[in-house]
Amino acid sequence: MTVTAPVTRKRSALTKGQLPSYAPWVVLAVALVLGAAILALVGFNVFGWGVVSALLFTVGLVAWSGMVEGARKAKDKLATCLVVGAFLVALLPLVSVIWTVLVNGIPGIITPGFLGTSMNGVTGTFDNKSVEEGTRVLGGVYHALIGTVQITLLATVISVPVGLLTAIYLVEYGEDRPLARAITFFVDVMTGIPSIVAGLFAAAFFFAVVGPGTKTGAVAAVALSVLMIPVVVRSSEEMLKIVPNELREASYALGVRKWRTILKVVIPTAISGIASGVTLAIARVIGETAPILVTAGFATTINNNVFGGWMASLPTFIYTQILNPTSPSNPAPSDQRAWGAALVLIILVMLLNLAARLIARIFAPKAGR
Amino acid sequence: MLKVDVTTNSLTTSQGAGRAGDKVFSGAALTAGCLILAVLFGVALFLVVQAIPAFVAPAADIQGGQGFFAYIWPIVLGTLIAALIALVIATPVAIGVALFISHYAPRRLASGLGYVIDLLAAIPSVVYGAWGAAFLAKEIAPAYDWLADNMGWLPIFQGPASATGKTILTAGIVLSVMVLPIITSLSREIFLQTPKLHEEAALALGATRWEMIKMAVLPFGRPGIISAVMLGLGRALGETMAVALVLSSGVLTASLIQSGNQTIAAEIALNFPEASGLKVNTLIAAGLVLFVITLAVNMVARWIITKHKEFSGAN
Repeated sequence: MTVTAPVTRKRSALTKGQLPSYAPWVVLAVALVLGAAILALVGFNVFGWGVVSALLFTVGLVAWSGMVEGARKAKDKLATCLVVGAFLVALLPLVSVIWTVLVNGIPGIITPGFLGTSMNGVTGTFDNKSVEEGTRVLGGVYHALIGTVQITLLATVISVPVGLLTAIYLVEYGEDRPLARAITFFVDVMTGIPSIVAGLFAAAFFFAVVGPGTKTGAVAAVALSVLMIPVVVRSSEEMLKIVPNELREASYALGVRKWRTILKVVIPTAISGIASGVTLAIARVIGETAPILVTAGFATTINNNVFGGWMASLPTFIYTQILNPTSPSNPAPSDQRAWGAALVLIILVMLLNLAARLIARIFAPKAGR
Repeated sequence: MLKVDVTTNSLTTSQGAGRAGDKVFSGAALTAGCLILAVLFGVALFLVVQAIPAFVAPAADIQGGQGFFAYIWPIVLGTLIAALIALVIATPVAIGVALFISHYAPRRLASGLGYVIDLLAAIPSVVYGAWGAAFLAKEIAPAYDWLADNMGWLPIFQGPASATGKTILTAGIVLSVMVLPIITSLSREIFLQTPKLHEEAALALGATRWEMIKMAVLPFGRPGIISAVMLGLGRALGETMAVALVLSSGVLTASLIQSGNQTIAAEIALNFPEASGLKVNTLIAAGLVLFVITLAVNMVARWIITKHKEFSGAN
């Protein structure tokens, strides 16, 4: 009886002038095939195929939409294509960087002794020999790892008390006073200090106080704390702010002093957020190169004393191995060590980021009252 | 009365001790806060003190032999060029990515995708530098040849293109990758704060998604986008490693695809470790110039944010 109903429904006034829901897939398939065909003419590569197909897809979809749906809908389709395209473009460098580091870094990191030896005594002749005779690449990042860990640890020891106390001042004592507003403003400004300027400040400070040419791990730690303190302040401040006021008031009502309230009620409630913020701050400064470069010098040997003598670190190790290869005529072994160190550094940073997320999740205050 | 005064009841004694604790604690918090102001002031002070010898030294003693001003202005210009390239590339992409995460991506995926973009910020700058020098420069060199052949009439694309690809344009591209997550994360937060009613009103009037974004989201987010871009600019101006490793530096040149140009941060990083005597002071003076420039940029950005505090991107 109603045999014609489905046919008429398809061409109903509501769906008239709209692209069918399968339209993007059809255009995508056509664009991929056409893109492959065009690329086959000029020499095929995956990157070019992706770019050409994306362009064809955008043009095809917008043109079809313009013919069927009109200019407004076509413009909307174009905007969608551009926005999605922007996201894909942003992913390219991420994938490319991680791929480059993995491909170049794995040979370095699986060399025996890479993590356990320093560059002490490794000279250009060894590198030349490893290139010419194929012996294994000597030298490693042990001294740089020691330096990175010590410098970062010292920077954390300096920054966390200062940063946390400042956050406590801002949230618990500041009450929108001019001083609190000034501190907030300048903490924000401090987040923007170029890392090299922080390094120069530490260098200039120690040159003036201790003596010209003072370069130790401790100077680098001071430079890193200048970068780290504002990050710790910002994140701790946010975390202290979201502690419910009822908790503080309940504590005051029991006659507990303000400082005991802060220590026993406010901070324990916010500790997960504070700890994860500190971990993220460590992750941020552990990869800083420029401030260490101008404050700790370069060392090729193990230096366990953060207060005396030049010190190596992973970022500066990468930098010097690339820029001044151990053997200028055969830079390949140095490159291999640099990429290995880069892989170690990225793994460290990613682990710290992961740890921050885990800390935030595991130590989060129990919900529900 | 007298009896009450004499009794050392537990309330009064503990109050005395507690008051001291309060004083110590609030004093410590205040000191920490002031220490931060002192550090920022100290950064400026020590840079100025160590830079003065470079300002007052006879012109012939400064590197280049023409005085400090002649030494600094080409690298200031180089810094601005590199930062400008980075912003021109990064801003549209970053706004697109922010819009994608806030208004286009499926709701369940959005936070995960935001985390992926934040990973870009987690990669250390020296790794970007190494990537730019070893991978990007090599891959992009043919494109520079093409630019030199076909667009060479433009001064910025004047040939012959660098064979290694280690040019200021490559450095700018690497910088743009590094500032992208900053601009993205700030813009994203502002886009998410667009009043839902504005968006729904636009959609109810029959606007397409793009028209809704153009009419409701972008006008609302404009001050936030501006300050995000300014913060990105601050980062791009001060970034060292990407330029130090990628750029094969030289004198100031108009062409972006030849080797040449230099930025302040890279100049310091490349020369400071071996510097001595007046050269140290000159480099610290260069650092002071960089500090003043970035400070000004950041202060303007923060000022814009605080002026529109209700949709501050800072929190």
